[in-house]
Amino acid sequence: MTPLRHHRTTRSEFQKKVLGFFAVGITVVGGFIVFGTAMFMLLHFLIKGLPHISWEFLSQAPRNNNTEGGIFPAIYGTTFLVLTMALLGVPVGTATALYLTEYAKQQSFFAKSVRFAVNTLAGVPSIVFGLFGVGFFIQFVGGGIDSLAGMEGGAVFGHPALIWASATLSILTLPVVIVSVEEALKAVPRELREASLALGATKWQTIWKIVLPNSLTGILTGSILAVGRGAGEVAPIIFVGAVYSLPELPTGVTDQFMHLGYHLFVLATQSPDVDAVAPQQYATTVVLLMLTFGLNFTATIIRSRIRKKRLG
Amino acid sequence: MGKEQERIKIRTNDFNFYYGDNRALHNISVEIPENRVVAFIGPSGCGKSTFLRSMNRMNDVIDGTSVKGAIVINGIDIYDKTVDVVELRKLVGMVFQKHIPFPKSIYDNVAYGLYLSGRKNKTEVEGIVEQSLKRSALWEEVKDRLNESAMSLSGGQQQRLCIARAVAVDPEVLLMDEPCSALDPISTAKIEELIGELKDTYTIIIVTHNMQQAARVSDFTGFFYMGNLVEFDKTRTIFTTPSKKETEDYITGRFG
Amino acid sequence: MTPQTSGTNPFRRRKRHIGERIAEFTVRLTASISILMIFLILTFVLREAWGITAFLTETNSDKTEKGVVNEGSKAASSDSSSPDTYGETEEVSPDVPEEYNSDVQETITDSGTVNTTGGDEPESYNPDVTDYSASEENKAEPNISHEKKTLVQNLTSDTWQPVSSEPKFGLMPLILGTAKTTFIAILIGAPLGILAAIYTAFFAPRRLREVMKPVIELLAGFPSVVIGFFCLMLVADFVQITFGVEYRLNAIVGGIGLAIAIVPVIFTITEDSLMSVPKSYREASLALGATEWQTAFKVMLPAALPGVVAAVLLGVGRAFGETMIALMATGNAAVYSASMVEPVRTLAATIGAEMGEVIWGSLHYNILFMLGVLLFLVSFSINALTEFFVKGMLAKKFQGGT
Repeated sequence: MTPLRHHRTTRSEFQKKVLGFFAVGITVVGGFIVFGTAMFMLLHFLIKGLPHISWEFLSQAPRNNNTEGGIFPAIYGTTFLVLTMALLGVPVGTATALYLTEYAKQQSFFAKSVRFAVNTLAGVPSIVFGLFGVGFFIQFVGGGIDSLAGMEGGAVFGHPALIWASATLSILTLPVVIVSVEEALKAVPRELREASLALGATKWQTIWKIVLPNSLTGILTGSILAVGRGAGEVAPIIFVGAVYSLPELPTGVTDQFMHLGYHLFVLATQSPDVDAVAPQQYATTVVLLMLTFGLNFTATIIRSRIRKKRLG
Repeated sequence: MGKEQERIKIRTNDFNFYYGDNRALHNISVEIPENRVVAFIGPSGCGKSTFLRSMNRMNDVIDGTSVKGAIVINGIDIYDKTVDVVELRKLVGMVFQKHIPFPKSIYDNVAYGLYLSGRKNKTEVEGIVEQSLKRSALWEEVKDRLNESAMSLSGGQQQRLCIARAVAVDPEVLLMDEPCSALDPISTAKIEELIGELKDTYTIIIVTHNMQQAARVSDFTGFFYMGNLVEFDKTRTIFTTPSKKETEDYITGRFG
Repeated sequence: MTPQTSGTNPFRRRKRHIGERIAEFTVRLTASISILMIFLILTFVLREAWGITAFLTETNSDKTEKGVVNEGSKAASSDSSSPDTYGETEEVSPDVPEEYNSDVQETITDSGTVNTTGGDEPESYNPDVTDYSASEENKAEPNISHEKKTLVQNLTSDTWQPVSSEPKFGLMPLILGTAKTTFIAILIGAPLGILAAIYTAFFAPRRLREVMKPVIELLAGFPSVVIGFFCLMLVADFVQITFGVEYRLNAIVGGIGLAIAIVPVIFTITEDSLMSVPKSYREASLALGATEWQTAFKVMLPAALPGVVAAVLLGVGRAFGETMIALMATGNAAVYSASMVEPVRTLAATIGAEMGEVIWGSLHYNILFMLGVLLFLVSFSINALTEFFVKGMLAKKFQGGT
C-alpha cells in the first residue's frame, strides 16, 4: 500500500493541477492516436477500395498483368484453404479444450505442459510455421507418403500444396480454437455435468450428450475466429502452396492455390505499373478485410450472446 | 417403530474427507435406516453437503480430494477399488440445490437416464417416464406438453422434474442437497409432501438449512458442526431433548 | 470388512466401459498434439538447418552446387515470384555429383533423384571442389581447419549476399535490422498502447470507451499484409515528406508498421490487467484524497505492472517475428548501418523473401532454416519469460494483497 503515500507532496495545488492536466492529456493523445489510426486505415481502404468492387471483380480471373479482371481464383483458393484448415484444426482444438476443461487435473504436469505449449504456439512467429510446413509437411510427410507409395519424391504429395498450407495454418490457429472452445465449455454450468453424472452417466456420456451440445455455439465461434485469423495469414503459406497465378482453379488438396493476402502482396510489390494496379489492390484489400472482419464480427456477436446467457 | 427393527441401508465407519490437506469431515460414523427420511442440518460449511456428496462419490469430480474410512451401502464399501462409480450412482440418485433441468424437452429430461443405460424400447421408456412424472406429482401439470423445453417450467416444477429424472433410473437411495432453498413456500410444501410419499420406496437423505423443514419431513436428524457429526438421533429427540450443547444452541437459534 | 452378499449390489463389480477408455485416451492423445507440435517445429526446422554442420567442414563456396533442386519446389518458385530479385539465381552445376553427405542424401530421397552412395568416392569430388573454391576465392586454402573458420567468419561478417558467385551470409546486418525495427516499433507502440489503455480504462467517458475499445481491437484484426500495404502506400510517403529522407522505405517506416501491429496487443493486455486490479485499490486511493489521475498513474498502473510488462514483452515477440510488414515496408536491403532512415532487412523478412527461390538443400536453404530456429528460440524465450516470471509476479501480488 506504499503507493498511496506518494501523493503527499509539498507541491502547490496549481502545480498539481498542471501535472494532472498533462498526465490526463497524454493519455487522451495516446488514445486518440491509436483510435484515429484504426479509423483512418479502415476508412482509407473502404473509400479507396469499395468503388472498385464489382461482380466482375469478384467472379473473374485477373487479366492483363493484374490490371483488369478480378480475383475470383484468390477468393476461391482462400476459401478452400481455410475450410480445409478448419476441418483439420477444429476437431483437434476441441479435443484439446475438452481435455483441459473436463479431464485435466489442473495441477498435473501434463495439463500444465499442454497449456504452456498452447501459449507458446500462439507466440511462434508465423514465418516459422512456414518453414515448419516445408520441413515437416512437404519434405517429411509428403515426401514420405510419396516414397512409401513408390513414387518419385514430389510426385503427388511431396511438393507445396493446399493440404500442407491448410495443415500449417491449422496448427497456427490451434490456440485460437482452443481458447474459444475452452471458454464455451467453461460456460456450461457445473450443475448440469453433476446432474448427468448423478444419473449414472459416464464422463464421456456426459460430455457427448450434455457438455458438447451446450457448447456448440462456442465451438462455432472458435472455428469462425480461427478461419478469420487463418484467412489473413500470408507469411506461413508463401512457400507452402500459395502461388502468384494459376491457369486453373485448384480441384484437389494436392493442387496449389491463389490466396487473397498473397495476391495483395504480389500486387503491392511485384507490379511493373503501380498506378495501373492500384484499384485492384485496394479492392482486393477490401475483400480481404470484409472476409476477416466479417468473420470476427460474427464470432464476437455469437460470443457476447453466450456470455449474456452465462450471466442470465 | 422400534429402533431394533430398522434395517440399515447405509453405514459409515470413521469416514474422513479431505480437500487437499484440509480435513473437511472428521470420523463420521452413522447408520442410516432403510425407507426413512434422514435430514442433516448445520451451519454453512459444516460439511453436511460434503458428506451427502460422498455417498454417491460426487466429490470424485473435484480435484485433489481424498477419503479415509468407509461408507457401506448394501453391505459394500463404495470407496472400494472394485466399485463401479457409474453403477453406484444409478443406485444412489441425487437432487441438487439448483433446479437445473437439461436444456432438452421435458420427456427427454426424464428419459435421459434410461437412454444412458441403453434402454431404447419406446413403449417401455414412455411407461417409465409417465410413472416417474406421476411419482413426482408432475404428470398432471405436464402430460400435454412433454415435448416442450423443460426450461419453460416454473422453478418448483423444474425441481420436481429433477426428482422425476432421478427416480426414473430406479435408485434405492435419493440424496437431496437443499432441494427447496431456491423455491417459494408453495413449491417447497409440494416438494416436502412429495418426500413423504417417496420414502415408502426410497431411503431419502436430505441436507437442509431449514430446521423447520428437517423437523417436518425427516424421521432422523443429524447435526453437523465444523466437520463433525455432533449428534444423530430420531428427529423428535433432536428437536426436543438434544443431548449435546452445540445442537441445542443451534436449534434454539443461538448461532448459525 | 467382508461384503455380505446382498440382493441389490449392481455396483459391486467394475464394468469395463471400453468406449469410455477409448474416448478419454483419444482426448488425451489429441491434447498432446500441441506439445508434440512444439517439439516437431523445433525438430524439423532444426533438421533442415542442420545441413550447415556439413558445410563447416567443407569449403564455403560450393554450397549452391550442393543443393538439389526439388522438382516440386522449383515449379512452385517459378510460379510464385518473390519480391526481390537478386539478379539471376545460380544454376545448379550439373557436373558435381549431388550427393556426398548424409544430409543431402535425405533431400535426394525426398526429391527422388537417383541416390548413389555418398561417402564412397570422396576423392572424386574433393580435389575438384578445392580447385573450384581456390579459384573463386583467393584466400581459401585446402586446409580443413581454416575453411571451418571460414563459414563461421562468413556468418559473422557484415554482408548478406546469399545469391552471388561468392555468397556471403553475414547475419549481422539482419540482426541489426531486426533490432532496429523492433526497437522503433516498441518505442512507438508501447507508450501508445499503454496510454490508450489508461485512457479507455480510467478517463474516457463511457460512451466513447464503448466505441474506442472495439475499434482499437479491430486494429488487431487487420491482416499484417494489409498493414504492410498501408505502410507501403501511405506511411512511406508520410515519413518521406515529414523527414525528407533519402530512401522511401526504411527502418522507420517498417518500425511504424510493426507498431501498428503491436499496439492492439499491448493495448488489450494492458487494459485487461488494469481492469483486473481490485476495485478497492482505486476506492481506497480516492478515499484518501488522491485525484483520478494520481490514482491511475500511482496506484493502478504500478499494481498492473506485471501485466504491462507482459504486454510489452509479447509486443516485442510479435514485432521481432513479424514477416509481411517487414517484407513490404523496410526496403529489404541488408544494409549494415546504425542509421534509422536507411533500408533494413529483418530476419523474418529474409526468410519470407528468399525461401521462395532458394534451392532446396543448399547452404542458403539451411541458413534460412537456421534463422527460423533463431526466431523460434527467441519467441519461445519471450513466451516462457512472460509465462513464468510475469505470472508469478501477478500471483504474488494479488494473493498477498487480497
